[in-house]
Amino acid sequence: MSLSADEVRKVADLARLELADAELDPMARQLSAIIDYINQLQQVNTDGVEPLAHALDVHDVFRDDAPAPSLSEDAALANAPARKDNFYRVPPVFGD
Amino acid sequence: MIDLTANELLQRQSAGDVTAEAIASALLDRIQHLDPKIKAFLAVDDALLQAKTIDAKRKRGEPLGKLAGIPIALKDVICTKGKRATCGSKILHNFVPPYDAHVITKLKEADAILIGKTNCDEFAMGSSTENSAYQITRNPWDRERIPGGSSGGSAAAVAASMAPLALGTDTGGSIRQPASHCGVVGVKPSYGRVSRFGLIAYGSSLDQVGPFAHDVRDAALLLEVIAGHDPRDSTSVNTPVPNYTTTLNQPVKPLTIGVAKEFWSEGLDAEVEQSVRAALKVYEQLGATIKEISLPHTPYAVAVYYLVATAEASSNLARYDGVHFGHRAEKFHGLIDMVKKSRGEGFGAEVKRRIMLGTYALSSGYIDAYYLKALKVRRLIRQDFDHAFKECDVVIGPTSPTPAFKIGEKTADPLAMYLSDIYTISANLAGICGISVPCGFTKAGLPIGLQILAAPFAEEKLLRVARMHEKETEWHQRRPVL
Repeated sequence: MSLSADEVRKVADLARLELADAELDPMARQLSAIIDYINQLQQVNTDGVEPLAHALDVHDVFRDDAPAPSLSEDAALANAPARKDNFYRVPPVFGD
Repeated sequence: MIDLTANELLQRQSAGDVTAEAIASALLDRIQHLDPKIKAFLAVDDALLQAKTIDAKRKRGEPLGKLAGIPIALKDVICTKGKRATCGSKILHNFVPPYDAHVITKLKEADAILIGKTNCDEFAMGSSTENSAYQITRNPWDRERIPGGSSGGSAAAVAASMAPLALGTDTGGSIRQPASHCGVVGVKPSYGRVSRFGLIAYGSSLDQVGPFAHDVRDAALLLEVIAGHDPRDSTSVNTPVPNYTTTLNQPVKPLTIGVAKEFWSEGLDAEVEQSVRAALKVYEQLGATIKEISLPHTPYAVAVYYLVATAEASSNLARYDGVHFGHRAEKFHGLIDMVKKSRGEGFGAEVKRRIMLGTYALSSGYIDAYYLKALKVRRLIRQDFDHAFKECDVVIGPTSPTPAFKIGEKTADPLAMYLSDIYTISANLAGICGISVPCGFTKAGLPIGLQILAAPFAEEKLLRVARMHEKETEWHQRRPVL
């Protein structure tokens, strides 16, 4: 298999996704099958070909740095799972 | 009334034959009676109230927008202020957008009636609408079959005459393929033609919002309303929107149609091939020249897509962390664990798979071999189309290799599901425009779609070519018996 259960755990950690133990092997198998399929891209000669990240030839779209009305604080916080004053309340960033 | 097109409903209202309220009432009734069997809708809106407002405006002699009184169903990945948007996911089960998407603002300016939010694959990831965390939408032509995906709810709503128009989104074929499976018209605009502001993002270099309709005339009208520059979307293009509806009935003459030999692939259903070849004959009878072309990188398109789209998705879906909105886990130890558990609990299996794939493709040690390699092949795919459109006006082929498959048939094998997008996926990678129109039915009564592709910002030509076929055929007039 291209991807072991251990590698799956590492990628899940990067993706900040908690997978149940029972999900690890099926995930490893499915991802391996997909990656095996995707590996055919190695056959394509891409020497001298620039990556195309964006279909349009549009670059650096700017606007004036002028303040304008935006969402009110209440509107912005309306979906917050937990709120304290005008902050999103979360567990401490450092330590438990 | 429910079977009338948007254009017919506009005429009837102008003539005073019917009110917006009567239209809304008839459709709400139909949704109430029929949708329990189809499950296209996740939420139904206060259409009567909206309709009465439009009728009052008309009575006062005020000018009315281009879609006055016309109910439109909206894929639930589009932000509607004050109304839930779930993206078909449990992680957004309680998310109420505080603003309208640009396309919603355009619809409101056009006096359209927003009739409800439709079901879709979770975060638009899927080809069958089976990945919705809420419900499975059924194909109105055969309720044991999928409506296609990811915009299955919108396609089914129009096919079942629960709304004359709908909006969907297309990232790898998610408008065109369900349109094909449901026997309706679906358009993927060129990348940058329609603003993505307020479209909850899946693949930012691929996503486009587009119309579902019974016919090309209606699709052209809806596209005209939603297209155009939006300063809030820096990827929306600042070029004027042509009057698609005005030029629509002008045939394209001379017309050269490119038929890619790669589109007659193994796995193409014989009945689909037959209907597509019959459609090409219609064009030949109208004087078109059919030219065999090659889009040599077609076999690599699915592989490229599942690196580019998943990489972009892994980045776009990083915002679902239980901090600002959406599901937050109840039990956790610290911030990072909260994020991991919220995401683990809130996302479905396909979404997790794609986030994992994208994360892997972007990770140190793999990014060159996977993500960057895919972007290079993407340029080759784009170049294939650039060459094709130098010699042809449009490229035509099947939208989907098969008609709608049965619910549950492909869920065990993600890769088999991915391969069903083989004809639609390149258009998103290249940024070009495309349409699926009904071109026949299988012996079992399942719709078959014809896909027409055109160069970036050639929607006017695309729609005129599509209309040529529509004027000679009656497939778009058939309705499922429900």
